[in-house]
Amino acid sequence: MKVFEIKEILDAEIICGEEFLDREVFAACGSDMMSDVLAYVKEQAVLLSGLVNPQVVRTAEMMDMQCIVFVRGKQPDQGIIDLARDRDIVLLSTKQTMFASCGMLYEKGLRGGAMK
Amino acid sequence: MSNLTLHYNVPGDDFTRAGEASGSVKRTLKDLGFSPEMVRKVVIALYEAEINLVIHAGGGEIDVEISPESVDMVLTDKGPGIPDVEMAMKEGYSTAPDNVRSLGFGAGMGLPNIKKYTDEMKIDSVVGEGTTMYLKVYNN
Ligand SMILES: Nc1ncnc2c1ncn2[C@@H]1O[C@H](COP(=O)(O)OP(=O)(O)O)[C@@H](O)[C@H]1O
Ligand SMILES: [Mg+2]
Repeated sequence: MKVFEIKEILDAEIICGEEFLDREVFAACGSDMMSDVLAYVKEQAVLLSGLVNPQVVRTAEMMDMQCIVFVRGKQPDQGIIDLARDRDIVLLSTKQTMFASCGMLYEKGLRGGAMK
Repeated sequence: MSNLTLHYNVPGDDFTRAGEASGSVKRTLKDLGFSPEMVRKVVIALYEAEINLVIHAGGGEIDVEISPESVDMVLTDKGPGIPDVEMAMKEGYSTAPDNVRSLGFGAGMGLPNIKKYTDEMKIDSVVGEGTTMYLKVYNN
């Protein structure tokens, strides 16, 4: 699934990274606990989170995640946006809840990815 | 070729900067041409350990030695120490306060994650003096 499809499915706003919308993601991970995200090796995944702080971007950076979706309309501050821009990570924000966001993406074929 | 060594000072008072050292190591390893799997193993372990320096020990120092065969990391702090290392290694064990949990860490998965992604892990800790953690990941 491409990042722009995620944006459309979730009716999300692009916060930064508009130039990377045709990136492909193969899996998704929804969590507010960054250690849980770090525990699973996934190739090219999108991270959905209700948590908004720089460590969400850093976690995505460490995991080579290309795109972060903030759920429930959460908006990152400028420091977080600057960090994401610097790391070439797309930031999206959707009004949907975590549960609904995951369900909508799952319904369209995105999966959790293999746990290793 | 001699091994590349890197040193980082991790400030203990700024959670927003936690992960800067790990990010820098990541970019260095990538530039040196290490495989994505190798890079990820090293940086996930290092990032969890760096977060621990900040949330549990008031900051500390990180030394990294990179060779074609392996990456060695030593994290040193003068924090409170770990009274029972075996207990601390258990999944879900955490003494982190709620404010750390609200930042996305403190689920007690850091040390187990570090164990999972490294080939060697050793913790020397003295209560009241500090903790030193040795980590090694082989490049294979
Ligand atoms: N550098 C450190 N200094 C003191 N205590 C530590 C340090 N690293 C870990 N600990 C202790 O080990 C526990 C488990 O660590 P970890 O598995 O990373 O979980 P978490 O960081 O989520 O609490 C911590 O809650 C803390 O009590
Ligand atoms: Mg930890």
